[in-house]
Amino acid sequence: MTKKRVLMVASFGGHWIQLMRMRSAFAEHDCYYLTTNPEIAPDYPTGRFFTVPDASRWNKLRLLYQLLKMATILLRVRPQVVISTGAAPGYFALRIGKLLGARTIWVDSIANAEELSMAGRIVQPYADLWLTQWEHLARPEGPQHKGSVL
Amino acid sequence: MIFVTIGAQLPFDRMLKAIDRWAGEHPQVEIYAQIGDTDWTPTHMPWCRLMSPAEFDAKVEAADTVIAHAGMGSIISALMKSKPILIMPRRADLREHRNDHQLATARHLLRRELVTVADDEAQLYDWLDRLHALPAPKTIGDKAQPALLDALRTFVDQA
Repeated sequence: MTKKRVLMVASFGGHWIQLMRMRSAFAEHDCYYLTTNPEIAPDYPTGRFFTVPDASRWNKLRLLYQLLKMATILLRVRPQVVISTGAAPGYFALRIGKLLGARTIWVDSIANAEELSMAGRIVQPYADLWLTQWEHLARPEGPQHKGSVL
Repeated sequence: MIFVTIGAQLPFDRMLKAIDRWAGEHPQVEIYAQIGDTDWTPTHMPWCRLMSPAEFDAKVEAADTVIAHAGMGSIISALMKSKPILIMPRRADLREHRNDHQLATARHLLRRELVTVADDEAQLYDWLDRLHALPAPKTIGDKAQPALLDALRTFVDQA
């Protein structure tokens, strides 16, 4: 098995804490980390940790800034796999990752127990593995359910 | 110590006001509240607006009980440190969030016996009087379910 560059992306907070519970799946690969809070940088390997400004679909200008910074980071890391739990940063990362030839994973946040998140719905065409953490939300055409972070 | 947290994004004064009122009636109980960016401030308990991730972890660690909005950051942090957690979901009709996903989250996590839920201020008040009766927290460890990790591992190996 060859080592791959895996980029783990999520906004800080609930999305991030869920994503980090999946970290061990990639222990044999080279992991890179991207979130919205620079304060946790010391917890991650030097040179492997990146941040983008926080933004949501409610603030278009910040969203654009986030997208640009995200693009420069992905061009630098050249990930072979991109995984995210949400929200806006994850959507951008999967789309850019796809353009750069990466395989992409979306694990919709466990906080979306009755319908998929907005980002989770629109990211579908760009997600090679498209997962929900709730069994009752799985559909034959996707998203699939493979378990949850809890 | 009771640690109260409402997350970093939106105010949640309805929950905090109920706890502050209870704190006024129970001055002997140690409470610390993270209240977010809001105009109102508590009078009966120490508080801060936001905290660093390290400060947050330290407060959860030091707490006997965590009371929080139904946000996954708060919930998973408490469970990972095996702290009993009482959550109150935000409501979209009161403009506490953009939609009612916290109500759904609370309902589904309650079904899995991961949290205790106070639907409103009255239920919150009742629980505050008997926090010792909160169910012991379930152990969730620091990793996702093995089946999910396996699926991710397989996908990456084949990528």
